[in-house]
Formats: sequence, C-alpha cells, structure tokens
Amino acid sequence: MSELYDRLRDAITDERPVALATVIEGRNAGAKLVVEPDGDVLGTLGHLELDRIVSRDAVGELAAGRTGVRHYGAEGQARETDVSVFIESFSPPPIMLVFGAVDFTAALARAGKLLGFNVVVADARSVFATVKRFPMADRVMAAWPDEVFDAYGYRLGPHDAVCILTHDPKFDVPAVQRAVATDVGYIGVMGSRRTHATRLERLREVGVDEKSIDRLMAPIGLDIGSRTPEETAVSVCAEIIANRTGHSAPSLRDGEGPIHRPSAEG
Amino acid sequence: MKEILADLDAWRDEGRRVALARVVNVEGSGPRDPGAAMAVSDNGDVVGSVSGGCVEGAVVGEALDILQTGERRMVSFGYSDDEAFAVGLTCGGTIHLFIEPLDW
Repeated sequence: MSELYDRLRDAITDERPVALATVIEGRNAGAKLVVEPDGDVLGTLGHLELDRIVSRDAVGELAAGRTGVRHYGAEGQARETDVSVFIESFSPPPIMLVFGAVDFTAALARAGKLLGFNVVVADARSVFATVKRFPMADRVMAAWPDEVFDAYGYRLGPHDAVCILTHDPKFDVPAVQRAVATDVGYIGVMGSRRTHATRLERLREVGVDEKSIDRLMAPIGLDIGSRTPEETAVSVCAEIIANRTGHSAPSLRDGEGPIHRPSAEG
Repeated sequence: MKEILADLDAWRDEGRRVALARVVNVEGSGPRDPGAAMAVSDNGDVVGSVSGGCVEGAVVGEALDILQTGERRMVSFGYSDDEAFAVGLTCGGTIHLFIEPLDW
C-alpha cells in the first residue's frame, strides 16, 4: 500500500531527482505516478495514455525544477480540462562550493545550510581544511580547485553557487577559470576592489574572456554594510538569491568606493 | 514535503493514520509556493506548514475530517471567500490545497 510513498521517500532521501504527479480534480482523484528522470514510472492514473502523457510532462517539469498544476482530457488530450494533475518536482539540494578555509567560511557554510545548500568547503591547505573547523559543511576537501571541479563541475547549474573566499591568486585564478567553464548560476569572489583589479589582470593573462569576467560577482555580496563574518554571509546569500530571481538589489560589484565605509549607525 | 518525511516515517511506524495537505496553486500574493506541505496525524499532531500560519488551524480541522471520511478533496482559502474572514489569510491571496489520507 505504501509502495508509492516508499519510492518517493527513498529518492528524496538519497537526493535523486523525482516527480510526484497526483490527480487533484476529475476521475480518480488521488491517483498518482512517481516519475524518475529516465522515464521510469510507478503507479497509474487509471488510463494508459493519460499515464504516458503525464509521465512525459513530469520528466520535463522535473528537468526544469517546476511544480504546478496541468490539465488534460480524460485520455491525456491536450487543451482539455477533465483532469487536473498536480506535478511536484523534487530536485536534489543545490550545491555551494566554498573555496578557502578562512574566517568567513564557517559563517557562509552555516548560512548556506540554512538556505538548503549542499555545502562543500575546500582549501588546498590540509591544516585548515578540516571537519573539526567546518562541522556544518556536508563535505570538507583538502584539495586544489581542479580536484574539486573534477568532482562537482559537471553537476553545477543555475541554482548552484561557487564562492571563492581565498583572495590569494594562487587559488583564486584556477578556481575562477574552472568555475566559468561550468553552468553554475552564481560565482562570487572575495577581495577589495584593488585585489579584484589585480585578479582581473591575471585572469585575462590566462585567457579568461570578458563574457566570463562579467559573470563574476566581485567584490562578493550585497552593499548592506556588513562587517562580521556572519553579516557578510547574509550579504553573500542575499546576493545569491537576488542573482537567481533576477530581482534588483545593490551588489557591491556595481558600486564604487570602499566596501567598508562609515555607516549611519556610527 | 522533504522536511516532514522523517515525521511521516515515524508516524507510519507507530501505525498512525495521517492526512497530507499540499499547496497546489497560489493566486495573487501567497506566503508559500506550490509544494508546501503539512501533515496531521489522527491524534491531532501537526508537522510542516502551508502558509505563514494564517490557515494552519483551519487545515487541521479539514484534515481530521478527511481522516474520518476518507474523502480526499481540494480546499481553498482566500480573501474573496467568506472563509478568509473566519481564518484570516492576511496576505490577500488565495491558496488552493489538496488534502488526502496518506494511504499510498
């Protein structure tokens, strides 16, 4: 009796993408399909053709990460409304790669967890890249950027984030080079405007093009006057959200002058 | 639904009957997107949420009723309904919920 629920729960728990289609209005209300990205389906809505059409749509909705109601004829016809089906997409959590085991990293990793990210902290220096220092991270890697991107790069998409906090060209440059080669939605790079100007020279030297450079949010974060690691983490996470939704918010990148300037609060 | 799976599993292990309410559609301004879920057990325990706290109380009543009758149904709450004055969806939108026994 709980075969559908078990299949759904196992996929969600194992962080595999899965869609649940439920008839909410029309014949067989409550009937369900559990649909996996390869088109593997469990359950039935009571009509073979309706099952086929809804499964196909569910695979598409799942790929797009969308959840919503679609309408069909009783036999799956388009432009008819006998049956309303709620298709719910369950995507694995988005990934946040944080480069640099620095002061700001622990706060950002905590904030990333709060937003539901699968947080990976990486630093080439094994003394700093320890689980003890970052117990909140899902994974801590003592590794160079290349190794991290070999493991995660192909999985990165519009909902994922790369935050480069090292502000050391030795790590920054290879991390940015690999990040811009992915489809990741957000690339934030920490450092003052002067640090970033120097970094840009190095990036151009190694052949990073202007279109890629335009993707960088640097200096990282929104211009909200944050100072502490925790406040900075909030400003970075808010910038990640604004970047994803396309809503306007004042990014430090788009302003001028010192990042840390006198505030109204004194 | 992800955040309530552990509770659903625990209730099922205890042999509780459970009703699941999911937001399937939101018109206008709504506090939670489609997919937001809450569940109610047969002894009235609640996990999850479907709004900013505005309609949860009314949903518990509907869910317990659905556990009694076994009839799954759509339930809507909105500013335009009389219901809204009773339960107070303050954001001005309308939310449509599908509530059903977790018997699948």
